Amino acid sequence: MGPITSRLATMMTPKGWAALAAALLVFAVVLPVLNLAVPPGSPFHLPDFAVSLIGKYLCFAMLALALDLIWGFAGALSLGHGAFFALGGYCMGMYLMRQIGERGVYGHPTLPDFMVFLDWDELPWYWYGFDNFGFAMLMVMLVPGLLALIFGWLAFRSRISGVYFSIITQAMTFALMLAFFRNEMGFGGNNGLTDFKDILGFTIQSQQTRVGLMIASAVALALALLVCLFVVTSKLGRVLVAVRDAENRVRFLGYSVTHAKLLVFVLSAVLAGIAGALYVPQVGIINPGEFSPANSIEVAVWVAVGGRGTLLGPILGAVSVNAAESYFTGFAPDLWLFVLGGLFITVTLFLPQGILGLLRGLRDRLRGTARTPVAETAGHA
Amino acid sequence: MTRKALPGPGSGRAFLALALAGLILLMAGVPGPAAAQDEPVDPAYVQAVQALAEGGFRDKAEAIETLVELGDPRAGRVLAAMFDRRLFVREDAGEDAPALVIGETDAGDQVVIRDAITLEPLGVVHEDTLEAVGINNRLRRTLQEAIGTLQLRDPDPATRIAAAEALAGDRSDENAALLRDVLEAEEDPDVRDAITFALAQIDLGSDDRERRLAAIETLGGSFEPAVRGMLARVVRQNADGSYVEPDEEIRLAAEAALRQTERNLALVEFALNIFQGISLGSVLLLAAMGLAITFGVMGVINMAHGEMLMLGAYTTFVIQEIFRSVAPGLFDAYILVAIPAAFLVAGLVGVALEQGVIRFLYGRPLETLLATWGISLVLQQVVRLIFGAPNREVANPDWMQGGFELLGGAVITYNRLYIIIFALVVLALVALVLRYSRFGLQMRAVTQNRPMAACMGIRSGRVDALTFGLGSGIAGVGGVALSQIGNVSPNLGQSYIVDSFMVVVFGGVGSLWGVLVAAMSLGIINKFLEPYAGAMLGKIIVLVVIILFIQRRPRGLFALKGRAAEA
Repeated sequence: MGPITSRLATMMTPKGWAALAAALLVFAVVLPVLNLAVPPGSPFHLPDFAVSLIGKYLCFAMLALALDLIWGFAGALSLGHGAFFALGGYCMGMYLMRQIGERGVYGHPTLPDFMVFLDWDELPWYWYGFDNFGFAMLMVMLVPGLLALIFGWLAFRSRISGVYFSIITQAMTFALMLAFFRNEMGFGGNNGLTDFKDILGFTIQSQQTRVGLMIASAVALALALLVCLFVVTSKLGRVLVAVRDAENRVRFLGYSVTHAKLLVFVLSAVLAGIAGALYVPQVGIINPGEFSPANSIEVAVWVAVGGRGTLLGPILGAVSVNAAESYFTGFAPDLWLFVLGGLFITVTLFLPQGILGLLRGLRDRLRGTARTPVAETAGHA
Repeated sequence: MTRKALPGPGSGRAFLALALAGLILLMAGVPGPAAAQDEPVDPAYVQAVQALAEGGFRDKAEAIETLVELGDPRAGRVLAAMFDRRLFVREDAGEDAPALVIGETDAGDQVVIRDAITLEPLGVVHEDTLEAVGINNRLRRTLQEAIGTLQLRDPDPATRIAAAEALAGDRSDENAALLRDVLEAEEDPDVRDAITFALAQIDLGSDDRERRLAAIETLGGSFEPAVRGMLARVVRQNADGSYVEPDEEIRLAAEAALRQTERNLALVEFALNIFQGISLGSVLLLAAMGLAITFGVMGVINMAHGEMLMLGAYTTFVIQEIFRSVAPGLFDAYILVAIPAAFLVAGLVGVALEQGVIRFLYGRPLETLLATWGISLVLQQVVRLIFGAPNREVANPDWMQGGFELLGGAVITYNRLYIIIFALVVLALVALVLRYSRFGLQMRAVTQNRPMAACMGIRSGRVDALTFGLGSGIAGVGGVALSQIGNVSPNLGQSYIVDSFMVVVFGGVGSLWGVLVAAMSLGIINKFLEPYAGAMLGKIIVLVVIILFIQRRPRGLFALKGRAAEA
């Protein structure tokens, strides 16, 4: 066994690898076939709306995974992850806007409609290059990554931790929301970016493109999961958990807490940005509402519901909470906020380990062994 | 006012007369014709009024002068009507009916009339039955002077000031002479100022160099747009770069006077910014004070704190509705009931929250944050289901409506003023409770050293519940104040939560003085940034500044010292 394979083997058991491959097979092959190849009349047909819904959930799952990396493993609850998600989304939105070209309402060859509407003569400098997909994808990772780098450096350097970090990140996303609401910013103000036509030459409305985007989301989520797995099984991962449970002790042992946290914060922001970039073409719009502090805090509850400090938990939580939301908004929209609010309360009071912790507890009880779960309560400021 | 450089005598006069007539109508409205009617009518006055409609123009002029000499305040109104050709002779008047009337409003061809002598309303007649008393240009001038003189000698100082201001609008030598005449006899300092000021405006347009220089000096620093326009015209340049005003000394004096005005205006704007900043700061103070107690003293992040504000505001709304339907006569007092009610409602919800959820999460601040966020969602939704999603309006009581004007047109509204006072009173009360009451002592003991306090027999669990209730109750009281300056909606609290946290973090957790200083400085900084950066950018800058500030002082401006700081 070479060093790479042995490293891969330490990341997951063969059973785990098989499960991952099976999940990928389902989302990247089976579901697309069920949607595109099976005729609509058949009971096995996957309806079109389900494809976009699943694609959306996968993006949310990736965002939750990103938050879990910094919260569940490093103990810093960021309430600004929606901002990284939205920034990635805006970068993708800018690429999609540039693709519209002359097909806009005003038919201007380079300027997006809202700029023509605002009487702008030329593209602002920060819109240059976004007609190139590669550049746009680079920005999807660079912009959230850089913001996280600067912000995290400022915050971790002065040892802002616990609730202070949460509040400050919340203020960050709040400030960004206000900024993006301004028309002068050049990101479409209140309406954001929308009316996309195509991506990489494929019509964005077509079912094939939608399926393609869902597959891309599934692959991206799988890769993100592997990256996170790599991090948490590495030496850095152990330092992170140690930071979470006793920050000062780790510092006294000679590790740089600042650098460890910063690294994982930036990585987490980049993952969130990619999730946002995949999300935007599937929903067809990005607007400043994505920056709202409420969105970011909701991501925290997905993670908490699934079980933080695990990598499967956030994915499970994001999908189940969002599926519940889709279900409730369908038949009793008034009730949904009660359910969501109740989730926040019950999970924190009765399920500190989330669904996964609950399942693990059940399994242990069945086996008759009471093991301490890997993830200790991270409720330490 | 957009009047051109130098109005012709005719247009200026017409303007003046209209201004005076309007003024007289206003003044007449105050004591009312009924009051005038009670006074015994001087026969000489009756005779002089009647003479206005008799004989030639010369006779009329004499009658006008007689009226001026008699100095009856009612004469002003009669003369103004005559100037406007609204003094009529009734052609269908019988033996007893008064023949001379003042026409007021037209309704088609119907005219509302009043007796010219007693000023008693006489109902409506057809315009064909009325014939206006004729006047000529000469008489018009006499009338105008007479009206001005009568007004300038009116017993009410306000009328005299208004008359002087009205006369300044028309720069004629006659007016100047009249004003000078009156100035000698005037004793009221305010009226003297007004007359001097009016004279200076007239003098500025004269040909006498000394008079103009003196006038410029008097006018310097005035806020009147018309005066500033006059001064600006003195320093104006022609298209070829030469000055309109050849005399350099006058020009320089006018420039200095204009600078003085600008300085004064900047000062007023500065004062107004400070006031608005303090007003915003006091709202933040009310919102953040409760948070400083729950977060600072107990280390509990209460994301549902904004909802306590919202509950307080809705309590105010409910109390208002109850007063409106049960005791409309006492409506102005509803707020006195709303304040304790809001404190109780929000405080009880706070205690329930602490007992039901938060006490199980002590020592786990991040979980507390999430759980209280959930509570805030539930509370919002409950209120939305009960009261509906649209905004509800809470009316200000009468005594909180309106405002008073500062110099230069800056208005200070009473509701904002009262909220500033209210916020400071609440702060003082909270500080007193914390400092001198038994509960405050226990609370501070628990904050500083919980196990030790418990050993001394303080029931720390009970203190926690009450502390949380106090913090929430204060937020509820803050909600009463918020309801007075804006609409009440279920997401009211959401808009304040980030700001309140910023205030607490900026001021230093657990320090009431820190909260006061932080709230006021954030409010003032916000208001000063607004004109340059716009409301949103101003807010963004403030947030960025706070984030940077925390770099230097991670525990805020007024950090707690000792063991509590490590919590």
